[in-house]
Amino acid sequence: MSAIIEEHHHDDHHHGPAKGLMRWVFTTNHKDIGTLYLWFSFMMFLLGGTFALVIRAELFQPGLQLVAPEFFNQMTTMHGLIMVFGAVMPAFVGLANWLIPMMIGAPDMALPRMNNYSFWILPFAFTMLASTLLMEGGGPNFGWTFYAPLSTTYAPPSVTYFIFAVHLMGISSIMGSINVVVTILNLRAPGMTLMQMPLFVWTWLITAYLLIAVMPVLAGVVTMMLMDIHFGTSFFNAAGGGDPVLFQHVFWFFGHPEVYIMILPAFGIVSAIIPTFARKRLFGYASMVYATSSIAFLSFIVWGHHMFTVGMPLAGELYFMYATMLIAVPTGVKVFNWIATMWQGSMTFETPMLFAIAFVVLFTIGGLSGLMLSIAPADFQYQDTYFVVAHFHYVLVPGSIFSIMAAVYYWLPKWTGHMYDEKLGKTHFWLSFIGVNVTFFPQHFIGLAGMPRRIPDYALQFADYNMISSVGAFLFGFSQLLFLVIVIKCIKTGKQATAQVWEGAHGLEWTVPSPAPYHTFSTPDEVNLKEAHG
Amino acid sequence: MANDATYQNYYVPADSKLPIFASLGLFLTVFGMGNMFNEMTAGADTTFGTMVLLLGGVVLATTLFVWFSKVIEESHAKLYSDQMNRSYVWGMSWFIFSEVMFFAAFFGALFYVRAFVVPWLAGEGNRGPSDMLWPNYVAEWPMLNTPDPTLFPGAHTAMGWWGLPLINTILLVTSSVTVTIAHHGLNEGNRKKLITWLGLTVALGIVFLGCQVLEYYHAYTDLGLTLNAGIYGTTFFMLTGFHGAHVTLGTFMLLVMLIRAIKGHFKADDCFGFEAAAWYWHFVDVVWLGLFLFVYILGS
Amino acid sequence: MEKAKQSRWLVALSLLLSSSMVYADWTVNMRQGVTAISREIYELHMLIFWVCVVIGVLVFGVMIISMLLHRKSVGAVSADFHDNTTVEILWTVIPVIILLAMAVPATTTLNKMYDPGEAAIDIEVRGLQWKWQYTYLNNDPTKEVKFVSSLLTPREEILNETRKREHYLLDVDNELVIPVNTRVRFLVTSGDTLHAWWVPDFAVKRDAIPGFIHQAWAEVEKTGIYRGQCAELCGKDHGFMPIVVRVVEQGEYETWLAGKQEEGRLVYETVGKEWTQDELMAKGEEVYLRVCAACHQANGQGLPPAFPSLVGQGLAVGPMAAHLDIVLNGKAGTSMQSFKGQLNAAEIAAVVIYERNAWGNNMGDSIQPREVNKMMSTGQ
Ligand code: HEA
Ligand code: HEA
Ligand code: HEC
Ligand code: CUA
Ligand SMILES: [Cu+2]
Repeated sequence: MSAIIEEHHHDDHHHGPAKGLMRWVFTTNHKDIGTLYLWFSFMMFLLGGTFALVIRAELFQPGLQLVAPEFFNQMTTMHGLIMVFGAVMPAFVGLANWLIPMMIGAPDMALPRMNNYSFWILPFAFTMLASTLLMEGGGPNFGWTFYAPLSTTYAPPSVTYFIFAVHLMGISSIMGSINVVVTILNLRAPGMTLMQMPLFVWTWLITAYLLIAVMPVLAGVVTMMLMDIHFGTSFFNAAGGGDPVLFQHVFWFFGHPEVYIMILPAFGIVSAIIPTFARKRLFGYASMVYATSSIAFLSFIVWGHHMFTVGMPLAGELYFMYATMLIAVPTGVKVFNWIATMWQGSMTFETPMLFAIAFVVLFTIGGLSGLMLSIAPADFQYQDTYFVVAHFHYVLVPGSIFSIMAAVYYWLPKWTGHMYDEKLGKTHFWLSFIGVNVTFFPQHFIGLAGMPRRIPDYALQFADYNMISSVGAFLFGFSQLLFLVIVIKCIKTGKQATAQVWEGAHGLEWTVPSPAPYHTFSTPDEVNLKEAHG
Repeated sequence: MANDATYQNYYVPADSKLPIFASLGLFLTVFGMGNMFNEMTAGADTTFGTMVLLLGGVVLATTLFVWFSKVIEESHAKLYSDQMNRSYVWGMSWFIFSEVMFFAAFFGALFYVRAFVVPWLAGEGNRGPSDMLWPNYVAEWPMLNTPDPTLFPGAHTAMGWWGLPLINTILLVTSSVTVTIAHHGLNEGNRKKLITWLGLTVALGIVFLGCQVLEYYHAYTDLGLTLNAGIYGTTFFMLTGFHGAHVTLGTFMLLVMLIRAIKGHFKADDCFGFEAAAWYWHFVDVVWLGLFLFVYILGS
Repeated sequence: MEKAKQSRWLVALSLLLSSSMVYADWTVNMRQGVTAISREIYELHMLIFWVCVVIGVLVFGVMIISMLLHRKSVGAVSADFHDNTTVEILWTVIPVIILLAMAVPATTTLNKMYDPGEAAIDIEVRGLQWKWQYTYLNNDPTKEVKFVSSLLTPREEILNETRKREHYLLDVDNELVIPVNTRVRFLVTSGDTLHAWWVPDFAVKRDAIPGFIHQAWAEVEKTGIYRGQCAELCGKDHGFMPIVVRVVEQGEYETWLAGKQEEGRLVYETVGKEWTQDELMAKGEEVYLRVCAACHQANGQGLPPAFPSLVGQGLAVGPMAAHLDIVLNGKAGTSMQSFKGQLNAAEIAAVVIYERNAWGNNMGDSIQPREVNKMMSTGQ
């Protein structure tokens, strides 16, 4: 017994990280774990992006040239899955790990060992998922929404591994979210009330709540699939009294909140960056909190808008249409608040600000096309076309992904102690901005003109815009290698960053030196709320 | 150098080998299970998958055992402040919430099938024309005649609520009471009371599980109620089965608490492990009441 | 101030530019279509589109103005406000009103789409991997017309070996034919996985769900040929199952239907006659290349492991009963579906005989279509 206590009192780990590779494997430090998440996410982004480039290369021209239809479907599926579960979600968890303890004056996450556990499940899960591509019969080929019965009766055998990979991701997300919720509720520095927390913390609190509520439902639906495939149950088979549409209801009960899980933390990030570079306090803090909560609440009751064409009763269609339209209101409040924050500010346009502004503009475009989709009769013409693909890429790529990049530029000096190369950063921004629009704007048109999604080949009238879109995709994709260069360069060298880094930055994380020491706020008296609020 | 005051406020555990082994164990478990299921369905040899599954199970169980022992030791060593303990309380509550949502998915499936799918298949409502595909199907719940009895031969009798299910309800409700009495014993510092009533709770849990095994046996042999019996059998076994799995886990947790109580681990103000297990037990009990109502009483 | 004027000017210009695009014959917009519903949806689409454009212009306009005026480099000093209940209420209430204004026409249109009026013609539309099967329902089963419609575009065009012609990927062998100005009801279902039957010009999109039937209807106002595609991922060839509907005058429709019914009767008779082995082989080859070669390939080698080879192994050189059984009833859980709904007895007999005797599978055995027909009618 005493030996164990001895080990805990052995305090060198309270000063600096352990040496060597094992530091990363055994670490319980929120900053290390945050870093792990972020690098993992970036690797997944490149992998998922590579799959997207395979898709875009095949769609460069009509006709089948590079890949067979079976493989194309696997690419579409894996691209969606890896981007959603491997790139965006872990990136936000990484940011949460790095920032939440520093923002609320906590020494670490509440449950540090479990924190490490949440992360290390992921590499196993994604290795298993990616390895299905090499299995006999190929990997998952039924879309990231894996509708039954294509994903049950007609699925390749690798679907079993897909199911278990989803289980692993779910376990990881649930544990990660419990950690976030507990940290926020229990480890705030004395004196920090809920309504004083930075918005990033607020949005993550709500996101974590969404995750804990819906990841088990996802686990439930994949379990039903597993039983249908291997144990003769009939959840999704009408012959036994089940219904394939049941799958869609359960899936989208998870799936719609899931898309807000991918955007709420982004709202938090933008709400931190815009005030800093406008040198003006965030407009309407309280209404931001209420708007985020309303979006989260509404997200549970609108899932049917993905199913307008499956033949729901009229009352269902109307209800889901109205409920979905309502989401525009709190989201609009957020957009207006950001603009009011910019209004009469004293703005400068460093890279994080550029990404944040592009976020507001392009997310709004994506949101407005979302509003069009929510009009049920019109959705009969949009559903499963590239119009939908354009919609969700506008909210996800220049939405979630841009916000993550903005966050990285914004906090990188705090993490590494160096300023990144501003010129390169701006170049990266402009290449990305142009690339993203060239890729996804034309998809609105081909969608309206009638091109279905998830097809490896298309009719001739869609050729021109597809070609433009593919060119844009390669431009955007390869620009991301520049991002990698910038980050590595910033870790290695660069101008020494000050503690506050940005002239207009406020918040606890800017009161500690840059780079942030391995352990921050180990004692409550290190927390200086006054200074933080400047 | 960190001083003791630091520890009182915040305790950050040292680097730990536990999580990576737990991840590895979890991975081997699911990978082995996946392999086993696939081979089973293909009618091939399942040895490899089973071995990996067992290996994973052993790694996972051992790691978790060491992990929990370590937490208990740390707690005994007074490394945790009140604030730290609150973290565990919050953590457990949110975990139980996630479990509630897991069951919600299956209950949701049951309600959807009963309220919508059954009438549609029999020709009512906006998907009513579906009955053209199933001319012989008549709506009923429990669904004994499935739309396609050659693929999914329905049960010939439904599972009633009288008998074993009722006994099980009484057992579980009683066990919720006994665990509460044990808790009182703990609060009063009455170890004997704690051990007696906790022991009784564990026993009730085990008897419950025994009854459930009997019930399943009865379903398969006498009623023709199987996993393959269409959506009635599907929802019946999935809901009660997952509940049973949770009872197993809960019983195991209580058993561990019983052993710890016998070892003299708990004090009135230091008993979170016990409380967590008790909450879990209440949760399992509440789910059962839902099952009893919706699967048994309204389902037969 | 100078800058503010400039930006207002920009806004006006962009408005002008975008509005000029609607007047041009803009082929990249939603189609107006040829039914009352489709036109209504088009109007609705344009309405929300313009509402969104206006919102976008306002929101981005304010942003741009702010970015131009309130930047540090032009000496802007930041103000100190961070709350204003009045504007916050305003920008909550105004969107609600806009949404209400959009919800009204949307509800009206949706109501019309769900109107359960009486249809003159009922057609069952069945999605199959990867083709459509149409059945003109008729109370007299001998008058029921049933046929399968699949992609006509040749492989060479898809594989870029020859030039792609007009209607690439949008041509089928057997078009669906319906009369103009008549309400037609589609009963959409599926024989395997999900599909969706979508004809943009009718604004009809209905998911095809195995085990369930969903209704949709259309009353087309203009004769012509209308094309659509499967709109729900259904496996490998999801991109290759187009829909073509030919809308004709009532009289032409009736002639066509009578012709189809006669064709059905002829098939019915051919099944009864005595077939020679050569006739069976010739017919079999034709059926094989049309239906089976998509998976099992023209040379019978298949694409293992997805699609087994039929040459020198397995059921094709095993007992005939099992061979017939898999073709008639398919194999559950694989893409080898039941063909008894799609092929008539003569075609099934022929294709089985062909498989047993082609590519060196010299089994030498034979069966008459009428025997297969007996198996089919006794529901084996
Ligand atoms: C980050 C992810 C994200 C976000 C934030 C959103 C946001 C929204 N989405 Fe989107 N959506 C997806 C990701 C996302 N979506 C994905 C991945 C899919 C496809 C899944 C698949 O099938 O694979 C999808 C599909 C999808 C569909 C189904 C389409 C179909 O398959 O037929 C619908 C339909 O209603 C929809 C609607 C909406 C709406 C109304 C919003 C709203 O939240 C948007 C609200 C925002 C605004 C409206 C703009 C700002 C507001 C103002 C400036 C105020 C003034 C405005 C008004 C008064 C109008 N989405
Ligand atoms: C956050 C989520 C996210 C993100 C970031 C993206 C990013 C991109 N997506 Fe996609 N996408 C989805 C989520 C996302 N997507 C989802 C959910 C679907 C639906 C799937 C389904 O239908 O089931 C989808 C579907 C989808 C389609 C439709 C496919 C179909 O229907 O068949 C297309 C087509 O153009 C596409 C394109 C792209 C492109 C070009 C990018 C670009 O942004 C990608 C940028 C590229 C890179 C980042 C690559 C960088 C890599 C290199 C330069 C190589 C370097 C190599 C090494 C170092 C080894 N995506
Ligand atoms: C959509 C794809 C597809 C089409 C079209 C198709 N098949 Fe098949 N076929 C399969 C698959 C997949 C299997 C393997 C089933 C299994 O797993 O046993 C199969 C198996 C078979 C077998 C059994 C092979 C063996 O030895 O086990 C025969 C015989 C056969 N098909 C004949 C036909 C005939 C005749 C046709 C056309 C009338 C046809 N198939 C059309 C996919 C198809
Ligand atoms: Cu049929 Cu897609
Ligand atoms: Cu949604």
